[in-house]
Amino acid sequence: MSQVDVPQAPHDPHHHPPVIAPGHTYASVTDKISTIVLTEPVSRGWIVGFAISFLLTMMLLYAITYLLVKGTGIWGINVPVAWGFAIINFVWWIGIGHAGTLISAILLLLHQEWRTSINRFAEAMTLFAVACAGLFPLIHMGRPWLFYWLLPYPNTMQLWPQFRSPLVWDVFAVSTYATVSLLFWYVGLIPDLATLRDRSHRRSGRLIYGALALGWRGSARHWFRYQTAYLLLAALATPLVVSVHTVVSFDFAISILPGWHTTIFPPYFVAGAIYSGFAMVLTLALPLRKFYGLEDFITMRHINNMAKIMLATGLIVAYGYLMELFIGFYSGSIFESAAMRNRLFGPYAPFFWALILCNVLTPQLLWSKRIRTNVLILFFISLVVNAGMWLERFVIVITSLHRDFLPSSWAMYYPTRWDWATYIGTIGLFLALLFLFIRLLPMISIFEMRELVTPHAKSNGMQAARSLDRGDDAHE
Amino acid sequence: MSKRSAIYGVMAEFDHAEQLVEATRRTREAGYSRIDAFTPFPIHGLPEALGFRRTRLPLIVLVGGILGGLTGYLLQYYSAAVAYPVNVGGRPLNSWPSFIPVTFEMTVLIAAISAVLGMLALNGLPQPYHPVFNVPRFALASRDRFFLLVEARDPHYDHDSTWKFLESLGAREVFDVEH
Repeated sequence: MSQVDVPQAPHDPHHHPPVIAPGHTYASVTDKISTIVLTEPVSRGWIVGFAISFLLTMMLLYAITYLLVKGTGIWGINVPVAWGFAIINFVWWIGIGHAGTLISAILLLLHQEWRTSINRFAEAMTLFAVACAGLFPLIHMGRPWLFYWLLPYPNTMQLWPQFRSPLVWDVFAVSTYATVSLLFWYVGLIPDLATLRDRSHRRSGRLIYGALALGWRGSARHWFRYQTAYLLLAALATPLVVSVHTVVSFDFAISILPGWHTTIFPPYFVAGAIYSGFAMVLTLALPLRKFYGLEDFITMRHINNMAKIMLATGLIVAYGYLMELFIGFYSGSIFESAAMRNRLFGPYAPFFWALILCNVLTPQLLWSKRIRTNVLILFFISLVVNAGMWLERFVIVITSLHRDFLPSSWAMYYPTRWDWATYIGTIGLFLALLFLFIRLLPMISIFEMRELVTPHAKSNGMQAARSLDRGDDAHE
Repeated sequence: MSKRSAIYGVMAEFDHAEQLVEATRRTREAGYSRIDAFTPFPIHGLPEALGFRRTRLPLIVLVGGILGGLTGYLLQYYSAAVAYPVNVGGRPLNSWPSFIPVTFEMTVLIAAISAVLGMLALNGLPQPYHPVFNVPRFALASRDRFFLLVEARDPHYDHDSTWKFLESLGAREVFDVEH
């Protein structure tokens, strides 16, 4: 918004590639994005992808059904490692969700207009990741049908939740996060749903999209309140996204377990969340861009920027690992230093060193611009970081729990096939929801792309001279 | 007179956002007050051209946030100090530092819900029917065209002269909007 886009020269002086390829008009942007949803034939790739993820979702349902029948004993958890995969996966998924809100809220407030073409599906990714995350603490409870005991309500048992416990904070943080993310995503969709309503050729499409668009007609007064609401939501979501992973880290940090009881956990968890979230956005954006021919909208500039954010947050995470180890040994507490020694050289040491390889060493490749703009290598790095962030949560949860203060209570943790089926099943659920999303809703915000077109459209049309006169404050 | 009640207003279509802002400004200067503009994306300067400068929405969100925060804190105070007092490690029953996370989350939650419901309520949405949708070309308002509407309720409104006035503003086309 602050940059002056001089007509006839779409490349600005710093040689950034444009956020949208030149030559697009309001109409071409609208048609290109809405056609993906409204064209009749479903591509073969979509059917195959959806079928695989649907089968994995069925596996998840099977694993959960068996869990409800048999109880959590089918998992590898026991005393002392009572948390296991359920909490590892919960933290992993909720961390992935963070990039969506970061892109849609924080980058909006910072006037990073390149966010526009990736925010919609990043927000969808957030919602689906939070849905997968929320599943784990619920099914980990043992009696999930009593989940409502977590909520404060007057009941005949005369009991109330313990509000001094971070686990209750978690309930509020995650449910608020899910609700606000859903609202933010839906509000952003309203004008695009109106576009789909107006462009759909089928009566069913007009009815469904029309009902969801709430009768949006693009009145200037409506837009004014809409933008106010959107900015306010962004301002509210910004501290919220920081608070959510902070509260998740409190689940660990407020306990007194060696390796968990540290003050660095909140910032280090938030940075890790953004790191893994951007890795997942890249994992999804790179194939989507290729298969749906969206290179004009998700340009090299977006990819380069996301890679840079990954590098920066990866360095913060690396600093977190370093400080954790340093403070562990520097504390003078034998339990803390034993926990760190166990992490480095104990029975789970291969996981720790694999995590360092994935999360600290591999992203150093991103210092090179050639790698940041090589789609294939970047896709591979994003997968490595996703795996690395899962290993991080494994190392945090398992190494601290399996050996705490009393050697007589030490034990090893081995996940069972039901742990794996549940974990891989949530990946299937996540992908199945994403496949439905890209088929049924515009994966790029159409109206915000029209706003980006404005300078180029003017340079094509007869308003070129006037837009030159008005300078950079002409479009907000 | 019968013609006036038969239609909702007169609508002009423009190709460019700048034309619409200029046309809106001149329509207001000509004395029309019941006008509205429709665009495929928010246009800077258009609300001002319509004489629409402020909204109560931020106030609604502020009140929602304050109420949410108060509710969150009082809920915890009531449950932990009044309804179900439990001594946890000798901490005071009203241990406010532990109550901050939930208070914060409730503030954000209620403020966000107020922002969305407030925006929809002030905009009069959801609104299943509106006369502007009777103009077939209006479907392009969500694609690449810009529309200006003068309602028949406007005291200055006169079908033929309003029509001519809109044409004189450089409209691509002018339409009747039926009820």
